[in-house]
Amino acid sequence: MWINPRLCVGCANCVPFCPVGAIAVEPGGVAVIDRDACVECANCYRSMSRENLPPWLVRALRKAAQLLRLRPDPDLDICPTGAITPEPLEWPRVVRSLFSDPTSEHKVTGVAGRGTEEAKTNDVTGRTKEGQAGFTVELGRPGVGVTFGDIERMTVALARLGISFEPKNPVTSLMEDPRVGRIRRDILQERILSAIVEFTVPLEQVPEVLRTVEEVSTQLDTVVSIGVYTKNAPDGSNPLLGILHQLGYRPRRAKVNMGLGRPLAEVR
Amino acid sequence: MTNTLHRYGPRQEGDYIVFAIPARGINDAGCAGKLQAFLRLASRFNPVNMGNGKQGSLFRPERSLNPFTWFTKRRRHTVPPDRVIEEIQGPCTAAATFDSGDAVCAVLRAAREADLGMSVNVSGPIEGTYRAAREAGITPHSIEYSLEFRGRTDLLPEAPILELITMCGHSMVSRHLARKVASLVKEGRLTSEEGATYLAKPCVCGAFNPSKARLILEEMRHRW
Repeated sequence: MWINPRLCVGCANCVPFCPVGAIAVEPGGVAVIDRDACVECANCYRSMSRENLPPWLVRALRKAAQLLRLRPDPDLDICPTGAITPEPLEWPRVVRSLFSDPTSEHKVTGVAGRGTEEAKTNDVTGRTKEGQAGFTVELGRPGVGVTFGDIERMTVALARLGISFEPKNPVTSLMEDPRVGRIRRDILQERILSAIVEFTVPLEQVPEVLRTVEEVSTQLDTVVSIGVYTKNAPDGSNPLLGILHQLGYRPRRAKVNMGLGRPLAEVR
Repeated sequence: MTNTLHRYGPRQEGDYIVFAIPARGINDAGCAGKLQAFLRLASRFNPVNMGNGKQGSLFRPERSLNPFTWFTKRRRHTVPPDRVIEEIQGPCTAAATFDSGDAVCAVLRAAREADLGMSVNVSGPIEGTYRAAREAGITPHSIEYSLEFRGRTDLLPEAPILELITMCGHSMVSRHLARKVASLVKEGRLTSEEGATYLAKPCVCGAFNPSKARLILEEMRHRW
């Protein structure tokens, strides 16, 4: 993402829209994006309304208001001149957009966003069965960001437990060797908004996995959100909640697949 | 994509996202009509937001705003629900957000009767979600629990701001924008309803709950 200095009038409306605080108005009165910090989520470009006014007019009005000691009170979501401009991204920078812009669709998953369909279509795909637990370990969320170097520390530790990463997951597709959780060297420094590591394990392995995730989380320079799912028994119950309670977790919120998808995995 | 799962804070009741999604390579052929039908039936039960995950939610920025609109206060912060529905042209996540468990129950009942064949999920407080399913005559197939946040939680913002920003799981509602809006509401430059509208715009999935945001902003106006 790029802010055209010829169009920018330094109104600073775009500054708070950046989830990682990468935009600042420089002393010259023009907003600039810190390219190292920017995760290419395109939120500044996508979420602001535009008036497409000529910059000379806006600058003159702002100057006049300043001279008269007037403080205009504009709507907070408007870029008056449409100065924010998307730019073509090349490898490896393009991975920032793939993992940060929710409208980007990954070629591997075909799903817009950062993960896969996981539990959401489990009724049809049968990806995780009774007696198994699917994990979604998301790094960088909410609004903190993460480098692939930190993601690799998590994947390497999980790989040591003998788990198999979900092959359709975008992070897995960037691994040099999924058996050891090693990620491509050329993207380790790239910073993204968040990424989800996905895998399925037998229910018995849930405590070991959670212990590892918790332990590695303390060594990373980011936040980790943990999700764990399972298929219910025909009566709607499942043993996973009991395991979580035993481990001291008290989940309050969940995503529940209602089983209305067709054809059901069991039938297929 | 776990964008609706990890919503921080004590106000979990009154915050539900119901969405339909096809399974890639299995039942995604010709799914657009079914996803449209799902959103159409959900729209009958007063969702507070809706989205298709690609083009946007009910709350959207304006691409070519007439500058004089500012003087007349006639900005259009939302698009009609029909537009969100008709924009669905292929596989996507069709989502509707509700602030009442009763509405969720009604949507589930209608979805069960419509038998669209898409996977239908509810993201919400566990008890309320199971109650809605039970009353709609549905036995849930799978469940994903949120175990919340670990690691450098010291990098997260203060509680009410975190509550606001985690309503967009893709982190498009920035903490800086949430703080600015909360300040403007406190100063009386925005109403809490206007503030919630501005915060809803960056969330393209329609998972942001402006009704809950209004309550948080109103509380912050008095206590922050």
